[in-house]
Amino acid sequence: MDLAYGKEYEAFRLEVRDFLAEHWLQGSREGNAPQATSDFRQTATDRGYLYRGVPKAYGGGEQPADALKAQVIREEFGRARAPMEVSGNGVSMLVPTLLERGEEWQKEKFIRKTILGEYQWAQGYSEPGSGSDLASLRTQGRLEGDEWVIDGQKIWTSQAQHCQFMFTLVRTEPEASKHAGISYLLVPLDQPGIEIKPLKMITGQSHFNEVFLNDARTPADWIVGERGEGWKVSKTTLKHERNAIGGGSQAIFESLMRLVGKATLDGRPALEDPSIRERIAALEAWVWAQKYTAYHQMTCGLQGKDPGIVTLLNKLLATDIGHEVAAVALELIGDASLKEPFAAAPDQRGDERWMNQFMGSLGNSIAGGTSNIQRNIIAERGLGLPREESTA
Amino acid sequence: MNFDLSDEQRLLQQTVDDYLKTESPLSRLREFYDSDQSIDPVIWKGLGELGILGVQLPEAYGGAGLELLDLACVAERIGYAAAPGPFLAHTIAALALSLAGSDEQKEKWLPQLATGERVATLAFAEPGALWQPEQWKLSPRDGRISGQKENVLAADSADVILVGLDQGELALVEASSDGVHFDPSSGLDRTQKTALVTFDDAICDPLPGGSGVSGRVRDAALVLLAADAYGGGQRCLELAVDYAGTREQFGRKIGQFQALKHQLANLALDIEPCRALAWYSAYAWDHIPEESARAAAHAKSHVTDRFTRVARGTVEAHGGIGYTWECEVHFWLKRAIFGRTFLGTPRVHRLRAADLAGW
Ligand SMILES: Cc1cc2nc3c(=O)[nH]c(=O)nc-3n(C[C@H](O)[C@H](O)[C@H](O)COP(=O)(O)OP(=O)(O)OC[C@H]3O[C@@H](n4cnc5c(N)ncnc54)[C@H](O)[C@@H]3O)c2cc1C
Repeated sequence: MDLAYGKEYEAFRLEVRDFLAEHWLQGSREGNAPQATSDFRQTATDRGYLYRGVPKAYGGGEQPADALKAQVIREEFGRARAPMEVSGNGVSMLVPTLLERGEEWQKEKFIRKTILGEYQWAQGYSEPGSGSDLASLRTQGRLEGDEWVIDGQKIWTSQAQHCQFMFTLVRTEPEASKHAGISYLLVPLDQPGIEIKPLKMITGQSHFNEVFLNDARTPADWIVGERGEGWKVSKTTLKHERNAIGGGSQAIFESLMRLVGKATLDGRPALEDPSIRERIAALEAWVWAQKYTAYHQMTCGLQGKDPGIVTLLNKLLATDIGHEVAAVALELIGDASLKEPFAAAPDQRGDERWMNQFMGSLGNSIAGGTSNIQRNIIAERGLGLPREESTA
Repeated sequence: MNFDLSDEQRLLQQTVDDYLKTESPLSRLREFYDSDQSIDPVIWKGLGELGILGVQLPEAYGGAGLELLDLACVAERIGYAAAPGPFLAHTIAALALSLAGSDEQKEKWLPQLATGERVATLAFAEPGALWQPEQWKLSPRDGRISGQKENVLAADSADVILVGLDQGELALVEASSDGVHFDPSSGLDRTQKTALVTFDDAICDPLPGGSGVSGRVRDAALVLLAADAYGGGQRCLELAVDYAGTREQFGRKIGQFQALKHQLANLALDIEPCRALAWYSAYAWDHIPEESARAAAHAKSHVTDRFTRVARGTVEAHGGIGYTWECEVHFWLKRAIFGRTFLGTPRVHRLRAADLAGW
């Protein structure tokens, strides 16, 4: 066991620091205009710091897989508050899926613009009748000439109103069995056959939508994998989504600590309250358990070993920690919890913004597969308990 | 960067597992459980022969010259097996001696502690749950002590007792000397039996560096308790999963019932991430002095707390049989409570961790 990165990586760290000192105005997001942000991303990609798994041919940083370098980059960019890769489904889910399963022309056409943030992607999986039982989905696709014609409805589609494209699961082989009848299609959203209706979320914002497909069209070759292979292809995507959500809770814990540091209870600093001290210490221990579990997984990844059941636990661990953060914050913000989190202008918002984390932590129990479904997976795949036939 | 056990450490664990599986089967553990013995002499000798009682001691004194992490690896498997006896107190007392003893004291005790031929234990807690070095009040007068220490592991089997004194000092008391009395406690965890020790003008031999290391010695003990608790929790999860795969009700294996699946998934979620925290606390003790006290406090409070939850869940998953003395699950439930309370409850260590964090 050795938590030191070693000479090679410390040298690399210095290199990253020098790069950041030269190209990023340290610590001030505001001081860097949007254009500066995307220029910076381009420079950082050219240097091989971002999109390391994406070949240069598609605009990536193309570097040999090195989880430690990736970790050093995250740490240093985080410290300098420099922009990392563009966020969103495109980069976190579609790009890895295309890299694994896409046709050459699909990679060329979509990856570069996606990682530059020019193409944004919605994930069109869930339907009104198909959530946890996603494979029961009913949106139909049929090939007419050189086009897919799609009819049906997707729901809870995050950010669809701001996206140009959607990767979606569609039933194209009605005769085949449940899982074997699904294909993975890429669909342009700006077309007459598609209507996007924002849904107001529990927070009052409208981040997700209903997407109605009525005679919607997409070219015949905008399919990833073969016909009827969509379920398998989507597993690549879900795996990436789990990784994304299962990330560490250190950052949210640190913001909670900033709240604890300024909050008062009964007119005294909250930090003097033994019950709060006990609770945040318990929370920190939990975050450390998560953090070092992640280190262990990283080590196993580097050495080609199987870390075991913990990989299935990451999502629930992050979700549960998020719930406890929310519970502590609720205790501390007092009457601010009576306010709507987004009613005031952004620069006028106070502690009520924690109500967004309160809601968001709840959303994590649902989005990307519910906690119950995850528990099924842990029990059946992780612990080897018998599978329930009816849900296969 | 490598956050995993080495091949040697895994082999060490495997050796302990293999030994305890064959030599300390449940039948033998049950006998010990129901006896008044505080040490199983055969198992203790066997553990000594494996070399695991001196893992942490310098080679010059017959130890293996390894680190606390290695000792924690052993503690994890000891917890997994709910192995009988004072492994924790013995190895920590010897560690203290190696850190703070005079050459003469080390010469006299360490070689035989490393082999287990002689047994050491810890006398830290004073009545009122005063476990921490800064709380110890017992103070020697003219090289002698009078007073009480509670929850002393295997006191009646020990040859030497490491006693915590006023100002965080440490001293050795030979168990056979005049003025040392034992009253076996009717302890909850019968795999780790304890006694109340009363000193009545007993001669004590101070460790020259005692006050300088007592906090660190306490931290090492917290690390071992966390490791033991992870091992115990892992065993509980295995027991619960095995039972769910054998027991039938309503014409099928109970493991098919989703409610039970989810309970077991939650146990996994509770205990599995604890392993890395226990490891980290040991690693920090060995290599990151500025964070080691806080890591030990976090590990002890978090892991023993989770172990307690997991052990309760395991009893529940066994139904009526789980509620019997006959079913082995209670060995771990009680060991969980021991680990949780011994050396201070999670609350105590969480509040310490908060102080240590500078909050
Ligand atoms: C904020 C947010 C963003 C989202 N973004 C997207 C998106 O961009 N794209 C997209 O496609 N989807 C998205 N979703 C949808 C999400 O994936 C689904 O909501 C989720 O998979 C659950 O499906 P459902 O809503 O139909 O609930 P249901 O499946 O009806 O579940 C209802 C309850 O029943 C439980 N349940 C169902 N089946 C089982 C079972 N077998 N065992 C035990 N319990 C069960 C569930 O755990 C849940 O508690 C988003 C959801 C949220 C909340």
